[in-house]
Amino acid sequence: MPDPTSTAPDVAAPRATALTAADVARLAALARIDLDAAEMERMAGELDAVVAAVASVSRVVGDDVPATSHPLPLTDVYREDVVEGGLDRDEVLAGAPAAQDGRFLVPQILEED
Amino acid sequence: MGAASATPDALVRATAADLAGRLAAGEVSSEDVVRAHLDRIAAVDGAPGDGEGLAAFLHVSGEQALASARAVDARRAAGEPLHALAGVPVAVKDVVVTRGTPTTAGSRILQGWVPPYDATLVERLHAAGMPVLGKTNMDEFAMGSSTEHSAYGPTRNPWDTTRTPGGSGGGSAAAVAAFEAPLAVGTDTGGSIRQPAAVTGSVGVKPTYGGVSRYGLVAMASSLDQAGPCARTVLDAALLHEVMGGHDPRDATSLPDPVGALADAARTRDVRGMRVGVVRELTGEGFSAGVSASFRAALDLLADAGAEVVEVSCPTFAHALDAYYLIMPSEASSNLARFDGMRFGLRVEPAEGPVTAERVMAATRGAGFGPEVKRRIILGTYALSAGYYDAYYGSAQKVRTLVQRDFAAAFEQADVLVSPTAPTTAFPLGSKLDDPLAMYAGDIATIPANLAGVPGMSLPSGLAEDGLPVGFQVLAPARADERLYRLGGALEALLDEQRGGALLDALPELPALATADRSEAVTA
Repeated sequence: MPDPTSTAPDVAAPRATALTAADVARLAALARIDLDAAEMERMAGELDAVVAAVASVSRVVGDDVPATSHPLPLTDVYREDVVEGGLDRDEVLAGAPAAQDGRFLVPQILEED
Repeated sequence: MGAASATPDALVRATAADLAGRLAAGEVSSEDVVRAHLDRIAAVDGAPGDGEGLAAFLHVSGEQALASARAVDARRAAGEPLHALAGVPVAVKDVVVTRGTPTTAGSRILQGWVPPYDATLVERLHAAGMPVLGKTNMDEFAMGSSTEHSAYGPTRNPWDTTRTPGGSGGGSAAAVAAFEAPLAVGTDTGGSIRQPAAVTGSVGVKPTYGGVSRYGLVAMASSLDQAGPCARTVLDAALLHEVMGGHDPRDATSLPDPVGALADAARTRDVRGMRVGVVRELTGEGFSAGVSASFRAALDLLADAGAEVVEVSCPTFAHALDAYYLIMPSEASSNLARFDGMRFGLRVEPAEGPVTAERVMAATRGAGFGPEVKRRIILGTYALSAGYYDAYYGSAQKVRTLVQRDFAAAFEQADVLVSPTAPTTAFPLGSKLDDPLAMYAGDIATIPANLAGVPGMSLPSGLAEDGLPVGFQVLAPARADERLYRLGGALEALLDEQRGGALLDALPELPALATADRSEAVTA
């Protein structure tokens, strides 16, 4: 998107297929977001346009360019292994959707079979 | 200062530096200052979604702010040594957690949540004795450029209430521009401090990545997020930046450096010999005539004052926006996995079928996230998925390297880089809401700084022919934030002298609201 006033997709971008509602359904399931059929249809069109526009990144970089995952060079730092105070349990649980016996109360985690 | 300068109107129009001086001299109390701002909020802010008022605030902490103010006044009366900004109120973007005060990040999924801890930067505001007026409106999880993606309704631009205040930090920018707060905290992942500053005629700074602790910020994209100051003057921004900045052992990406002498830099007002690089790719085509004219006029002022204006080229900036809209959603899709309906915020059970944790998580996120958040999480999931990772996320990370190299080369030719902050002045509410690409394109000039981790400032260069403010962006090398303040402070002084006052002196009168009760928080 070099021209900020243009929203035309970059047609030269290397892309096999357009994003379909079925793709969105699969991605939404991976991302654990319930979507209704209308949302999936609408999002397929919107995301297809976005993906077409941003796909140019794969054409402008060569194999010799290293990836940057972080803006500044960082090294791991360590602190003394000392016990520190944590968050107040009751205060934390007061913000939970459900709590019981001083613990988070969550729905069934494993399927029954 | 005469008695007239302590009227409520004078108190809300005073800069933070002015207020600090008058508080220290005992001319006004912090309680009076806080009360004047709470009255101003009641008069002009309304509530998000009610169709009236600016809706800059999601939550107003009136009683807490007054209690903090009285505590500072008592300490001052007892002769205790106080921080220079003690008693000066501040507003905080709702993406920053505040113990005991609701924090929603503009999302339904966190409606009613009261954090059990303070962000490090909030602890530092409290330690400095700065009363927190409340939490400001924002695009949901800071995803947006107009504040229209707030789940609670948009903030309006005080220059023209039919227009957006920019985003995602439109609430913080509008609050300072409309004299509801002298200072506010923002966060900037792709321009969310600078672009709202530009379109509201205020000042906003994104510090060097790691310069302000991210501990207690609701994360969007961790390698890009950075908190910073919003203010009406460059000096005020520097003063707040100094309070918030500096190393925090609780943030592993926090820089070890002490925060620099930023206020001193803002007061220097000398740009003689400073090399100012105009980024060719961020000027001209794509930027409106009014924005370009205001930008060029400011450059002429700098040149007349002895700055050496040169042109630099950063060719890969043309691809920065594309890389950003892959990296940011990828990181967001991972960060927002924590909103699972288990430990905090909303929990929604599926309408039918078994009530398992996994199905509750999907139902909760389907009901609790707005359309832009869903779009970005799903886009990020796509960019990170097998078969697409190398082409999209991997390539975007390589573009990030190229952007950093362009900055490195440009900073060999110039001490600071400059451009307009945004391609246009404030756009009308609703005009880009159905066109995500058009909304994203407005971030073209602000995104490169986030990808490279360098600091950036937006300050107003004047009004365009449409009567709306234009932002002037200054960028500096990583860890050289003081250069932003040196150039920004000098340019602001030149512009104020030419204009015969501050830009915000020209802010139109806002209609007073009939309903002024903000004791009920809409997000609680």
